[in-house]
Amino acid sequence: MKKACVIDIQRYCIHDGDGIRTTVFFKGCPLRCVWCHNPESMNFEPQLLYSREKCGLCLLCKKACPISCIETGPNGVLTQPGCTGCGGCVDVCPNGAREIAGKSCSAQDILNELDKDAMFYEQSGGGVTLSGGEALAQDADFLEELLKGCKKRGFHVSIDTSGQAPWSKFERVIPYTDVFLYDIKLMDGERHKKYTGSGNELILSNLTKLSETGAKIYIRLPLIEGINCSDEDMNEILRFLKGINVQRVYLLPYHKIGSHKREKLGLEEAATDMAPPDRERLERIKGNFEQNGFDARIGG
Amino acid sequence: MTERIEKLKSQSMSAVPHIDISRAKLFTEAYKLFEGAVSVPVLRAKAFYHYMENKPLYIGDGELIIGEKGSSPQAAPTFPELCCHTVEDLNIMDSREKISFKVSGETKRMQAEEIIPFWEKRSMRTRIFQNLDDEWKACYGAGLFTEFMEQRGPGHTVGGGVFYKKGFLQLKDEIQSEIAALDFLSDRDALTKREQLKAMAIACDAIMLYAKRNHDFALDKAREEPDPARKAELLKIAENCAVVPANAPKNFWQALQMYWFVHIGVTTELNPWDAFSPGRLDQHIYPFYKADVQSGELDEEKALELLECLWVKFNNQPAPPKVGITLKESSTYTDFANINTGGISPDGSDGVNDVSYLILRCMDEMKLLQPSSNVQISRKNPQKFLLEACKIARKGWGQPAFYNTEAIVSELLNAGKTIEDARKGGSSGCVETGCFGNEAYILTGYFNIPKVLEITLNNGFDPISSQQLGPKTGRAEDFKSYGELMEAFKTQMNHFLDIKIRGNHIIEKLYAENMPVPFLSCVVNDCIKKGKDYNAGGARYNTNYIQGVGIGTVTDSLSAIKFNVFDNKNFSMNELTDALKRDFEGCERIYRLVTDRTPKYGNDDDYADEIMKSVFRIFRDSVTGRPNIKGGSYRIDMLPTTCHVYFGEVLGASANGRKKGKPVSEGISPDKGADRKGPTAVLKSCSKMDHLSTGGTLLNQKFTPSVVEGETGLLQLANLIRAYFNMDGHHIQFNVVDRQTLIDAQNDPEGTKDLIVRVAGYSDYFHNLSRTLQDEIIERTEQSFC
Repeated sequence: MKKACVIDIQRYCIHDGDGIRTTVFFKGCPLRCVWCHNPESMNFEPQLLYSREKCGLCLLCKKACPISCIETGPNGVLTQPGCTGCGGCVDVCPNGAREIAGKSCSAQDILNELDKDAMFYEQSGGGVTLSGGEALAQDADFLEELLKGCKKRGFHVSIDTSGQAPWSKFERVIPYTDVFLYDIKLMDGERHKKYTGSGNELILSNLTKLSETGAKIYIRLPLIEGINCSDEDMNEILRFLKGINVQRVYLLPYHKIGSHKREKLGLEEAATDMAPPDRERLERIKGNFEQNGFDARIGG
Repeated sequence: MTERIEKLKSQSMSAVPHIDISRAKLFTEAYKLFEGAVSVPVLRAKAFYHYMENKPLYIGDGELIIGEKGSSPQAAPTFPELCCHTVEDLNIMDSREKISFKVSGETKRMQAEEIIPFWEKRSMRTRIFQNLDDEWKACYGAGLFTEFMEQRGPGHTVGGGVFYKKGFLQLKDEIQSEIAALDFLSDRDALTKREQLKAMAIACDAIMLYAKRNHDFALDKAREEPDPARKAELLKIAENCAVVPANAPKNFWQALQMYWFVHIGVTTELNPWDAFSPGRLDQHIYPFYKADVQSGELDEEKALELLECLWVKFNNQPAPPKVGITLKESSTYTDFANINTGGISPDGSDGVNDVSYLILRCMDEMKLLQPSSNVQISRKNPQKFLLEACKIARKGWGQPAFYNTEAIVSELLNAGKTIEDARKGGSSGCVETGCFGNEAYILTGYFNIPKVLEITLNNGFDPISSQQLGPKTGRAEDFKSYGELMEAFKTQMNHFLDIKIRGNHIIEKLYAENMPVPFLSCVVNDCIKKGKDYNAGGARYNTNYIQGVGIGTVTDSLSAIKFNVFDNKNFSMNELTDALKRDFEGCERIYRLVTDRTPKYGNDDDYADEIMKSVFRIFRDSVTGRPNIKGGSYRIDMLPTTCHVYFGEVLGASANGRKKGKPVSEGISPDKGADRKGPTAVLKSCSKMDHLSTGGTLLNQKFTPSVVEGETGLLQLANLIRAYFNMDGHHIQFNVVDRQTLIDAQNDPEGTKDLIVRVAGYSDYFHNLSRTLQDEIIERTEQSFC
């Protein structure tokens, strides 16, 4: 049986599309966006998270580590490369300063969790969202099994994707997906590469093809001041979107949620000068999309 | 809001609660005059008459609905025949930090010289404690249960429709006919019935006399009034008093005044728990509203103003002053008069009407602690009604609460009521189900379920009060299985409920014989027909409730034992009982296992939820169906008021990691910080309880404003309610917390573990977030108020 690494299955998500939804956050992403607010979802393997704030420096974890890869340093008790994510140190920590992000789940495990809120989906016109990380970076057979299970239950399914996946993956999931939440970060390929680690050719060509299949698409635009939301950036996106068929556009102003998670992962701090566009600007961007006939919404 | 209402509201909110001695004085005079010369019911009626004949009158500036329990707003009469306060009690009330009442020197003198000498040795409180045995007293003192009737009268009843259709002249006629029809030849209770009916006739006269005095008082005021507009109002008030309560109300205004006269009568005759309430107010007054609007006598704004005048009246009456344990279990000025809006009509159709929406507006504008306002939501009610109610609820001050009409009707049918009586019923007090106008549903006391587990784990011994209170059901270390533990728990539960109910029977009998309430009996069906008092079983239905507290705490504690001691052998029972004795000091491993690594109620996890179901069944089956002495039987409620704090104070550490003395869980809500999977998981867990076999359950949910803001937040809030009610949930209410709460939560992370905040594309528990992120959310929350 195929399995996938899941960070969390979050119930009562009400801002990612329609109704009350349960969102599955898969672990693993092909992109490395500098503004990522879920940095623990980049790697595909389970990872140790460590909170300096909660740590009492008792070193019980160090004693418990079977492969001795825990060291003390100026930033607390850090785990060195080589950690297998076995969780031995998590169990002994008296303060709950250590946790493992990511758990291997079968499609059935996930479906069992999704089933729990079925009456809420029904009541609210909600359903299930597959997100990440990158949902489409997961194994195609696994995804198909999961999606078939959702459809058998009559769940409405959204897939939240960066678009950075082979078209063949899309072909496997399209028959079972009601809505694609599709991110566009930048139209400029070079800057796209600079800020996300990859170019955007595949993302844009997949989006065009997806639109041609008649799929329902909600575009999501992360907006980071000084990086990707100048008037010119916005106009380029607008021009592109006018050439394809999308149902909604969500504007997602940047927030700093990712920073404390980076710290827990022992990653370097992200650039500190990132900021959301101010309210006035945000409204202007929204207005611009609306004038061009798009159903644009802030947040989500 | 009109200028008049603004003034009355601010006056109501700023007036200082104080003791009003006039009732105590007048009742004492009457007892001195009549006691021994007449039967007990007639004595009570004559005392009530004497009070109505002489009580102070009050018509405030701008008031349109008149009548106060005392001589001015926020006056609290006392009831020395139930609880005769010592001078020290009065001093404490006067000076205590919370729920204080000002007491004048003259009042203290009067209490010492006139009230105490007469009542000290004969108040119900004294008699009750004289008649209860040591075993009961030991358990009461140890905090296994509380006792509702030691300071207040048996209550919990809600007005039906009778006094909107019949005045007290007609009720008195009916009473006289019953007297005339008594069969002294073959009915051996004929004399008892006659005395009761005579008393009820006197009570009718008393309330009509009170109205007559108000009529004359209003006319006097009108004569002196220089402002012609106010003069006209006072004349109208006098005219109203000439019609009601002697006759049925003729218009909307009089209907509200009628209710209020009855309210004053019921709540000064004695001080029944949860006061009195108009219940299905929107349905009762809609016919008057419709007729008045059609005739042009009334418009929406005028009707709203009159309703708001009534709201002020409720808020003017603090709950009777309490002392001791009774204060701890209900530490509030609120007297729980609880108005039900919406729901269905007696014929089963959608009950929402124009007045329902008007009451929502009134609730929203007034934002008063009293009356407690709720909405009944039926699947037949329009979505618009639910959304309008949600718009008010998300403002975050806890009202309206939401009740499930279909659940209420099923609960009442399960308790043997007729379908029509069930549909006329609702929830009152906090969440208690009853047939409005037809039922005496007496709350008898809270029951400390986690305490029963503590005693079970100590072989019947209470480690806090150091007494052997329960039978020896075995040492915890000797239980070979979880099943053996549960058997012992069940034995202990039955033992303590036996003690509680034995005590109840004594108290109930004392009230039936010594404290009849002839006035209340006039307005509750079928007291007149039966010639029997409300406190003696005169109502059509007679239910006693025991309210279970701490189901979340006890479930998680049992889960901690089952999961760690029996199923996974993470530690032994010895190690656990040792950790409990040490309040988890130096037991970090066990503490962490039970707090963080054990299935808990509130997460839609069957491991814990099955335990909740089994505890619930044991409690319910120990109570439900036992007979009371009024011909009715016992049922359970799952609600705490403020008793979960008191019950925690008398409890050592719990196996779920709850520290000694900390509050236990409230209502059917999960223990603090136990629920980690969001609101849908909480609702799923809660709905695994068999609500329909109870008389009401209480669930609190906390949100930050951003979770419920905007169209989406509103719609999904409504969907949560609908889905919970589809699963037979009885009640839910929402706290939408503000910035200050978040700041407080930062300073007290342990105590606010269940606070959910919306972070970005998802929600999280506030305590889970880093300080920085918390700061950001606090700022964001403030913005969301702009």
